[in-house]
Amino acid sequence: MNDIWAGLSSAFWLVVTGDPDLIEITLRSLQVSLTALVIASAIALPFGTWLAIRRFRFRRTAIAVLNSLMGLPPVVVGLIVYLLLSRAGPFGVLGLLFTPTAMIIAQVIIITPLIASITHQAMRDLWAEYHDLLISLNTTPTRRILTLISDGRRALLTAALAGFGRAIGEVGAIMIVGGNIDHATRVLTTAIALETGKGDFALALGLGFVLIALALSVNLIIHALSRTEREGRW
Amino acid sequence: MVTPLLPAHMRDVSVTRRGKRLLGPVDLTLGKTGFTILLGPNGAGKTTFLKALHGLERLSTGAVTWAVPDDLARMRQAYVFQSPVMLRRSVRANLGYPLAILGQPKAQVNKAVEAWAARIGLTPALDRPATGLSGGEKQKLALARALIRTPEMLLLDEPCANLDGRSVKDIEALLQSAHQSGTRIVMATHDLGQARRLATEILFLFKGRIHEAGPAPDAFDAPQTPEFKSFLNGDILI
Amino acid sequence: MKSLITALVLALGTTAAQAETMKMAVTTSFNNSGLSDVLLPAIKEDLDLDVQLLIVGTGQALRLGEAGDVDAILVHSKKAEEAFVADGYGTHRREIMYNDFVLIGPNDDPAAIKDAEAAKDALVKIEAAEAPFVSRGDDSGTHKKELSLWAGADLDPATFGEWYKAVGAGMGASLNTAAGMGAYIMSDRASWLNFDNKADLAILFAGDPVLFNQYAYIPVNPEKHAHVNKDAAAQLEDWLVGDRAKDLIDSYTINGEKLFTFNAEQ
Repeated sequence: MNDIWAGLSSAFWLVVTGDPDLIEITLRSLQVSLTALVIASAIALPFGTWLAIRRFRFRRTAIAVLNSLMGLPPVVVGLIVYLLLSRAGPFGVLGLLFTPTAMIIAQVIIITPLIASITHQAMRDLWAEYHDLLISLNTTPTRRILTLISDGRRALLTAALAGFGRAIGEVGAIMIVGGNIDHATRVLTTAIALETGKGDFALALGLGFVLIALALSVNLIIHALSRTEREGRW
Repeated sequence: MVTPLLPAHMRDVSVTRRGKRLLGPVDLTLGKTGFTILLGPNGAGKTTFLKALHGLERLSTGAVTWAVPDDLARMRQAYVFQSPVMLRRSVRANLGYPLAILGQPKAQVNKAVEAWAARIGLTPALDRPATGLSGGEKQKLALARALIRTPEMLLLDEPCANLDGRSVKDIEALLQSAHQSGTRIVMATHDLGQARRLATEILFLFKGRIHEAGPAPDAFDAPQTPEFKSFLNGDILI
Repeated sequence: MKSLITALVLALGTTAAQAETMKMAVTTSFNNSGLSDVLLPAIKEDLDLDVQLLIVGTGQALRLGEAGDVDAILVHSKKAEEAFVADGYGTHRREIMYNDFVLIGPNDDPAAIKDAEAAKDALVKIEAAEAPFVSRGDDSGTHKKELSLWAGADLDPATFGEWYKAVGAGMGASLNTAAGMGAYIMSDRASWLNFDNKADLAILFAGDPVLFNQYAYIPVNPEKHAHVNKDAAAQLEDWLVGDRAKDLIDSYTINGEKLFTFNAEQ
């Protein structure tokens, strides 16, 4: 219990004094995870929607594969990306290893299946509702995807937030591909791992509380900006 | 000069699902003008008939041919479902959707939307979510949305089922007006009184086959088949 | 929707322009001592060089050097270092400083190693008592040192029972585990002094010359990897064997105790 109180007060002091290291790694956490979220959503939202409306022979297999990709262990993804980006690996010439870009790549791979799967399930229901009407109006497949995405945006927002939650709390993959370099690739989760490893539980816990507060705030801000809770509006 | 959509020929059309024949075979020609009412008991195949005609149902045999190529045919038709499908948007967005997807300029779309909203009495509700409307209001909206592109042919599947008298009256007025403007109408209904009020032509469907076809009101006064006679009598047909 | 996108763009920000940078792989023991926090700012001041540290075990540091993912390495495992240079991955090895290893255990010392006369006696006692012992188990310099000590006492860890726990982790994490279960553990003095979760543990044996721990700096060979920042690596080497480094290293203390002794040939 002592440790937890120590953690809370550590978090309090860090925030109140505007600790510059804390600010730096918090901004970097946001930068990496939000960028990964934007890229992953750009891929997953249209793909999940397309999968909901398109009928093709291996559709059931594709859906099953997508759902199981959600279970990809993040640390394994990190290891594979590491081997690909290492100088000894195929993409080494890009010099991306141990940079925030490598971390973003790993996180995009991890969260895209999650966002796509949730999107697919939501869009499948909405498509069942709109199916006859949109066909009757002779809409093109692109128009159908756009209409579904627009009208289903509340569910899509939930999918995106699920992806963000997975990204901001991830530590295994980004530790491997980022290297947890101070002032370069250290973020909240990897800093927590480091401080725990040093035995400094108070600081680790403090960072942990900051991370929780951050995740909650981002959720609240996104909801407020898209005004989804306003009465009667979608 | 634009080629008219009709006449339409249904030749040897049938629809079979999971071994059960839902419709057909149907051989029929729909002429250029008229208000055709499709009558029949539950399960007779009225919905399947309308969907087959409109292209929403895959045909097991036969074909529907129009006076224009198939890809243009559906563009000139509009369909109103028994349960109105509302997009999760405002009334305005719902009404304007068929025009917006054609790429019409916003001002033009708005003009049409406001005119139709006034006609169906939904002007105050224009910027409210369509899903919040009452049953009758939704169906009127669906009908206005169907008519906003001035289709050559309008198909309706029991649009007034579950509606109150006031709404039924409003919808029938809109349909009569559309008919008088030259829109070809094919409508399925349960309501014999409604059929008598609106039909210029009757199709009686039973167990997926057309048992009777003829002009109204003659068809009512002189039913040819025993099934239709029973139906008019109010008997339950099995 | 527009305001959402604006907010996102602001949050993403841009990466600032970089000064000269190089990447160096160092061991967890080096970082846990806290010495890097003293040296890096001085390096930045004197050379305007940002040294990005990858804190990994010796084994991984050597792999990073072999792959060319870093520009230089700083480790403490002479045999492995010599092999690294012999295989052409590093240009040469330059000794910089040393510290020592200590044997740590629970205050009540069940294996009675306080009275041991040499490191190998202490280990023999631990084995005889089958007292819980945590090993790094991660192929690091510290781990290799530990294995060489067992070998020096004619003991083979492969034959040990459950009391010998190989955790496969860095120095800090391993110390956490030892603290959590009241076990013996071999650690470098610097990491121990800087460790915050000492619980019931204390230094029980130290001072045997065989526990000596030499750190060496090896630049990655530009002939194998043309892209490495060899100029920065050379500058850093000169700095590390220079007077300022000597000063900072020799005067670095934790709680008044000196940790490292500078021994580079200048």
